[in-house]
Amino acid sequence: MSNNAAIDIKREFAKSVLGIIGITIIAALIIISIVTLITIPTSTFEEWNNPEKWILYPKTAIPIWINYFMMEKIPEHQIITPKIFEASMGDVHTTSQQYLINFEFHDFPSDFIYEFETRYSNSQLISLSVLRPDGILLNLLTAALPFSETETFHMQRIFSTDGMIKKNLIMQADIFNFDISKVSTTNIIFSDTYENKILKGNYAFVIDTYDIKNKIELSDAKLILGGKAFGMMGTDELRRDLAVGLLWGMPLALFIGVSVAIGSVTVGLVYGVYSGYKGKKTDEAMMRFNDVIYALPALPFLIILAVTISNSIFLMIGFLMIFSWVGIAKISRSMSLQIKTKQYIEAAKIMGQKDSKIIFRHIIPQLLPYAFASIAISVPAAITTEAGLSFLGLGDPSFPTWGQILHDANTYGAVAQGLWWWIVPPGLLIAITGLAFVFIGNALDAIVNPKLKR
Amino acid sequence: MGLKRYLVTRGITMFGVLMITLLLTIALVGSNMDIILKQGIVFQVRSEITDNPTIAKSFSGPQEFETFVQQKIDERIKILGLDEPWYSPQKIGYTMFKILILDFGNATFLTSDTGSSNVGDILLEKIPKTVLLFTTATIIISIIGILLGAASSSKIGSKTDRLTSAFAVISSSFPVWWVGMLMIFVFSFVYQIFPARATPEIEPNDPGYFVALMYHMTLPVITIVLIGFGTWAYLVRNFMVGIMQEDFIMAKKTMGINKKKIVYKHALKNAAPPIVTILALSLSGSLGGAIITEAVFDWPGMGRLYFEAISVMDLPIIIGSTYVLTVLFLVSIFIADILYGYFDPRVRSNS
Repeated sequence: MSNNAAIDIKREFAKSVLGIIGITIIAALIIISIVTLITIPTSTFEEWNNPEKWILYPKTAIPIWINYFMMEKIPEHQIITPKIFEASMGDVHTTSQQYLINFEFHDFPSDFIYEFETRYSNSQLISLSVLRPDGILLNLLTAALPFSETETFHMQRIFSTDGMIKKNLIMQADIFNFDISKVSTTNIIFSDTYENKILKGNYAFVIDTYDIKNKIELSDAKLILGGKAFGMMGTDELRRDLAVGLLWGMPLALFIGVSVAIGSVTVGLVYGVYSGYKGKKTDEAMMRFNDVIYALPALPFLIILAVTISNSIFLMIGFLMIFSWVGIAKISRSMSLQIKTKQYIEAAKIMGQKDSKIIFRHIIPQLLPYAFASIAISVPAAITTEAGLSFLGLGDPSFPTWGQILHDANTYGAVAQGLWWWIVPPGLLIAITGLAFVFIGNALDAIVNPKLKR
Repeated sequence: MGLKRYLVTRGITMFGVLMITLLLTIALVGSNMDIILKQGIVFQVRSEITDNPTIAKSFSGPQEFETFVQQKIDERIKILGLDEPWYSPQKIGYTMFKILILDFGNATFLTSDTGSSNVGDILLEKIPKTVLLFTTATIIISIIGILLGAASSSKIGSKTDRLTSAFAVISSSFPVWWVGMLMIFVFSFVYQIFPARATPEIEPNDPGYFVALMYHMTLPVITIVLIGFGTWAYLVRNFMVGIMQEDFIMAKKTMGINKKKIVYKHALKNAAPPIVTILALSLSGSLGGAIITEAVFDWPGMGRLYFEAISVMDLPIIIGSTYVLTVLFLVSIFIADILYGYFDPRVRSNS
């Protein structure tokens, strides 16, 4: 391929609308992938299958943007960090944490959890109260942390279901005009006073910690307000943030698709060209072998390979290559059959150039435009096949791909539960990624094979 | 080289492929197979002896008992030929011979609907269902595809043509099984029109079984057709476009023959060879995809059987169904070859 030809192809390509769309989508995917690789720590996806990591997240929460279209806003699951104020009076040290919540939803939050870590000796006292939009201050809990003579590290979670909170609320029952004894604590705290209806507005949870003698060393304090909507993409049955899974799936899908495509096209190209160039017995033998691979049923074999050898993602890429170079080998063989009859190849032969040099210097460069088109066209197949294997549960568990998200969705009955946000986005991403490569491939193909351009 | 010679070469290649597939399958699952079989024997021998207390009583100590059990186990292993490794040529030959004569042995865990654990019985029960589903779908796809393809080729650049091409490209990018999940979501749960699981609950020998099966088949067929017909229409269109530019069509056009008649009678007839070839090939291609599609729809065919066998590592079934899938695959490729060679004489003389 001379330099001129490359420029021609570029110019022709710029004219193809779909080709440009394809390039744009892929550029966007690559940028998102890079941002993901940089901003989301690898530990997140390594812990994808570790339930401990996701414990503070809600179960099967709908994406928050759905509230934008809803008249009745679904309560969001919020993980709130506090504003901290410190004060000291003589020996008594106080830390006041304020958690501000603007609650504008149409349903009560399901629960709340206050989580904190602290380092102390002797004991500390904490008190929990909430200031409501109507100005009423509810005392929720006053508790002493377990006594310890030496300095200890203490981590605790206080749940809204705590019996003490309920008892304290019942002591303040005269504020409410209805019987609160049968109502859950969050339904009391966030309720209007005259009937058990949601009270919208700004709430402030105030948590004071007292310590005598030592300064208070709080760390990692947060308040989790349980809701049914979370994140841009929602969460799944195992409380995992789907946005993280989908973002991490992107570089993986691109990596799998592109490496399988490049690998198989390279192998197929060299194999086919060599076979065609050599001709005669070599050609015959190589094409018979090609026929054999062509006739192997790919999916059953991929499944057996994944089950018996390994489901490591890198081996999987290799297995996928085994089954996808065949078609390209056939076509590049017939192309090299044509090229080898050209005079300059004959001339090179007479000049005594080595076969390998003729193949790599004179024949393969002519096939490069076709090779690029084939790479683009064979990416989607690789991505869908890998997704399919992952969907069957044969994926590499240490790398969460889109296929695996769909596999989990299928195992946990997402379809029956109506969890569309668990099913639709991964499949759409697979399709969009594939489509982008097909657009590019078709645009290139139309330039390389002008016959198809009609 | 005549057609006969061509077919013989192809036939030999196909048989070679079949043997290689078998050999590879056995090589991949063979070592596991031996371990599982041996564990089965150990379990069998032990349960036989514990079921029979008189044998257990006749030993003076546990040591003696253990040696007796071990001896029995070794005996059985020898009878079954498991003392030799799976890669000994004799054993591979024997296994392959048995598979060739369609004797697949007994399944380890799975059974057929009638309760038989003979792999042959299980496969015989499942194959017709897979063939039923995918043949029905392929026939519908090809009919829609050919009509739509011909229609869009007669008006190149029209709205129909562009819509068809766009639909072909877009639909082929979606994984069938994902679309299946969405279809189940929409048509089984949001609007409860079709059943979510494609396995009918009626007994197979019930007279209403066939109707129930048809009803359960609707959703999978719609899904497969939806994903498949676009590509078909696009292929047919491209063949037709090529033919419409040939001289004899041009001649007919100048003769003033009705354009519709040219498209549907003369051009379509000439596009038939490649279309029929691709029909055979796409049928074989869809068989491989059956594994995932049937797993999604829970269709009681070969694909789901394969998937279940893989998840419990039921090796006789894995080997048996890989063999059957390969045979079906090869037969359709072979038919495609015959058709191609029959329709296109250049293949015969050239290869």
